[in-house]
Amino acid sequence: MTSPNRPRSFQEVILRLQTYWARQGCVILQPYDMEVGAGTFHPATTLRALGRKSWAAAFVQPSRRPTDGRYGENPNRLQHYYQYQVIIKPSPPDLQDLYLGSLRAIGLDPMVHDVRFVEDDWESPTLGAWGLGWEVWCDGMEVSQFTYFQQVGGHDCRPVSGELTYGLERLAMYVLGVEHVMDMPFNDPDSPIALSYGDVFRQTEQEYSRWNFDQADTDTLFRHFKDAEAECARILGADRTDSAGRTIPMAHPAYDQAIKASHLFNLLDARGVISVTERQAYIGRVRALAKGCADLFLTTDAAGESA
Amino acid sequence: MPDLLIELFSEEIPARMQARAREDLKRLMTEGLVQSGLTYASAGAFSTPRRLTLTVEGLTAHSPTTREERKGPRLDAPEKALEGFLRATGLTRDRLEARDDRKGQVWFATIEKPGRPAADIVAEVLDGVIRDFPWPKSMRWGTQSKTTGSLRWVRPLHAILCILTDEAGAEIVPLTVDGITAGNTTRGHRFMAPDAFTVTGFEDYASKLRRARVMLDPAEREAQIRSQAENLAFARGWQIVPDDALLTEVAGLVEWPVPLMGVIEERFLDLPPEVLQTSMKEHQKFFSARNPKTGRIEGFVTVANIDTADDGATILAGNQRVLAARLSDAAFFWENDLREAKAGMKAWAEGLKSVTFHNKLGSQADRIARIAALAREIAPLVGADPDQAERAARIAKLDLRSAMVGEFPELQGIMGRYYALEAGEPEAVADTARDHYSPLGPSDAVPTAPVSVAVALADKIDTLTGFWVIDEKPTGSKDPFALRRAALGVIRLLLEGKISLDLQSRFKSGLTNVFSDRASASELLYLDYYERDDDGQLLTVESWKEFIRSPSYEEVSEGRYDPHDRIILNPSECKQIISDHHIAWVEDVDTVEGYVVSEDKIIRLDDISWNLLSFLHDRLKVHLRDQGIRHDIIDAVLAQEGNDDLLQVVARATALNAMLATEDGRNLTQGLKRASNILAQAEEKDGVEYSFGADVKFADTDAERALFAALDTAEPAIGQAIATEDFPAAMSAIAGLRGPIDAFFEAVQVNSDNQILRRNRLNLLSRIRDAGRQIADFTRIEG
Repeated sequence: MTSPNRPRSFQEVILRLQTYWARQGCVILQPYDMEVGAGTFHPATTLRALGRKSWAAAFVQPSRRPTDGRYGENPNRLQHYYQYQVIIKPSPPDLQDLYLGSLRAIGLDPMVHDVRFVEDDWESPTLGAWGLGWEVWCDGMEVSQFTYFQQVGGHDCRPVSGELTYGLERLAMYVLGVEHVMDMPFNDPDSPIALSYGDVFRQTEQEYSRWNFDQADTDTLFRHFKDAEAECARILGADRTDSAGRTIPMAHPAYDQAIKASHLFNLLDARGVISVTERQAYIGRVRALAKGCADLFLTTDAAGESA
Repeated sequence: MPDLLIELFSEEIPARMQARAREDLKRLMTEGLVQSGLTYASAGAFSTPRRLTLTVEGLTAHSPTTREERKGPRLDAPEKALEGFLRATGLTRDRLEARDDRKGQVWFATIEKPGRPAADIVAEVLDGVIRDFPWPKSMRWGTQSKTTGSLRWVRPLHAILCILTDEAGAEIVPLTVDGITAGNTTRGHRFMAPDAFTVTGFEDYASKLRRARVMLDPAEREAQIRSQAENLAFARGWQIVPDDALLTEVAGLVEWPVPLMGVIEERFLDLPPEVLQTSMKEHQKFFSARNPKTGRIEGFVTVANIDTADDGATILAGNQRVLAARLSDAAFFWENDLREAKAGMKAWAEGLKSVTFHNKLGSQADRIARIAALAREIAPLVGADPDQAERAARIAKLDLRSAMVGEFPELQGIMGRYYALEAGEPEAVADTARDHYSPLGPSDAVPTAPVSVAVALADKIDTLTGFWVIDEKPTGSKDPFALRRAALGVIRLLLEGKISLDLQSRFKSGLTNVFSDRASASELLYLDYYERDDDGQLLTVESWKEFIRSPSYEEVSEGRYDPHDRIILNPSECKQIISDHHIAWVEDVDTVEGYVVSEDKIIRLDDISWNLLSFLHDRLKVHLRDQGIRHDIIDAVLAQEGNDDLLQVVARATALNAMLATEDGRNLTQGLKRASNILAQAEEKDGVEYSFGADVKFADTDAERALFAALDTAEPAIGQAIATEDFPAAMSAIAGLRGPIDAFFEAVQVNSDNQILRRNRLNLLSRIRDAGRQIADFTRIEG
């Protein structure tokens, strides 16, 4: 933080990460255009972690966790926040060094800070996925999740991908020395129109917190969940050959429905209408969808299983 | 005599796995080397987050040459036989030796298997050890993970150092595992000394690592952290709260430990010390520092992995910041919880109705109600006020719903005590919240306050009976609901609290509670009145139902009663029926035209209760064996009436144990066993039981009369002693029979030809047997 190299705004942290990972040869994707709970749900991660074809991508993914809403009042809890995600397949031998390079790029010098890799195995019951890795600590704060994917959608990853996830707000707050997320400069504080994170997001945090906790119509959400589930199953079961005789499995459209079901489940959970016992059943239903999509994706050219 | 040095250099190994990995590396390597014929003087294993290291000193340079002599055909045997022998031994004729044998001259072959150099053996053994290393969890990585057989390691393995060093210098052991070729280089600290360097042996390795800011020995890192943390605390007049588990973990997270001390902000100092300590430990792996003057936790020590130019100022500031955020959360929980506690915790009690304890055993609220009922019942037996015990049971688990326990489950009970006090509950009730979980382990203290004891017992008995009903007993090493711990908890509470409790009745109460909870739940299937008709046939489902509750006139006339419907009973109806009729339970019953066809699905309350008691007996045996009481003595006592009162069981076993340590006791046992054996044989032969009617007037000898007299004295004395549970007195009373019994068997032939005398003597023996049986089943005593 004492470094002269330090970024001055939230967006500068993001831009530096983008530049850094672009320089390492990653495809810089844009966020996926659907509501997801974490960057891992982006098909560029979940689906592309499957199959034999090499892959390298980095992107910002807006993530929604309805239960984390605090009406914009909590200094570091938000129902909508940004994750930065890097996925490289197969995992390169120097991934830890590449990662440390990204910390230097945003002004965290490991010679001044205490950077540690602390055991934290990752598991996503909804995606039928797990991996081994660490949470990365910087001066006692978790700044990233670092995972070697072992299984996705119930399939062994061959080869294994390395996945990095940065919680952007928390990381940037630390780099910028800000105590409350809403006070964080979004653009450069010397800009003609300087805007804080709060200027951009305080209103939406309030509105969504209210809607998530009190207003979202649970009957509608239940119905949408069933619809998404049914549509996903229908797509997965559709004939692989279209009317013109072309073989086109539709793994991605089906996966969109699985993502949708997953987010609807999160919303229902935030409304407190899913009991502990039902919870497991819902998670199992989403996992079944994700698994079906993974199975189908593995048959596509993008997976390159036959190559 | 070369020395061997191995280092397996990887990405960060989880701290909790390092100790075991060190031991495994040492054990597997040395076992492998020895099996291949090498010997060694000593071995040591070390670890840091990034490396596992093994040093083996005084290894033999070669495995020994082995020599085998084989006898072949005679010199005058046909050529074919000799050719066959040469093929089998792989030798040429000129290497054979002719020796004299009994029948003339015979060819002898000496086959020499040359020893192998240590390097070959090390390479072979290490290759196997790396490929099959017993990590609790391992992974694949990188390009090679495309293939199915790729190497697995705890995290990506980057390098192998493997050298043999002798006077001539160091030699790299040629070895390649899944593309990683062994060498003689390693690297230092990830940030402070990342460059590779060459090493020539263990001494050189350890000292170069130290220069490269890596402290190899975990014990040294622990010692360093401990002493520096204590020094930092001492400088402020504080003390570090000892925590060995945390110390080991932290030492496994750093290669170069640098303890830094920080101060907790004033605004957090009013949080309970347990909260501060738990939050700091769980979230940040900080040690807590206590100010002995105030008794509060006021500081912390964090352990960094690096020396920085600013002496850790940036690192400490960052940690302090994270701590403030964490403690703000904790303070927020604490304040909200206190508000709820002040309001009487009703919302928590309500909330526990929707928290599932186990899907077959209802909600936490159901469970609490059961525990409260049991606690009330047990209270008078342990000297507690029933109202207070029930109240305490209802309060004790409410903190499960608090925000603080939601965040830190390990604070359950501790927070419960604070909140109960805030709610205005008396100390005895509040203490119960904290103490009723105990004892949690063999070293955990047992609660002694009567209310806590009543609730602690009720809690454990409810857990045991509940899981017994749904047949989730521990099997082998699997005990997911910690039922062995619960059973040992019951045993220790009773024994250490000197509490006499008839466990069977308590189990039946517990089972009845669980049954009626389940019966009134919506998944109720059938209640079964366990009775057979005259033909031994089970009653039909319909008739049980009618027995349980006859339909009303309206139900029948309006067609609302269908005998095939389930009848849902309310809890009090269930409870009544269960306790009146020793009700049993039928689940998923298979019926054909109304008749039960699979009897094995019927569970009787008594069966469960007995089964549970025998589980406790097994735990008791283990417990007593640890205290030096032989298993046959325990078995002899457990075969007695009243074996569900564990305090009595132990008192008997202890007294019996003491008696059997004397010669009198051992001889008496022989006499009692002899009496039992003779009786058993006679009873089997005659098909009758000799159990009364021995008359002194048919006594034929002085020895017989003396035994009559001795029994006349001993019997009431034993009876009296047993009645007052004075087992040592009972033992000395029965020990008095030793002489007369010995003399009797010396002088008297029991199986006399005179049937009157024989019967009388057998009946006399049965008095001896009965006297023994009052104390224990002596036939189970070995030797």
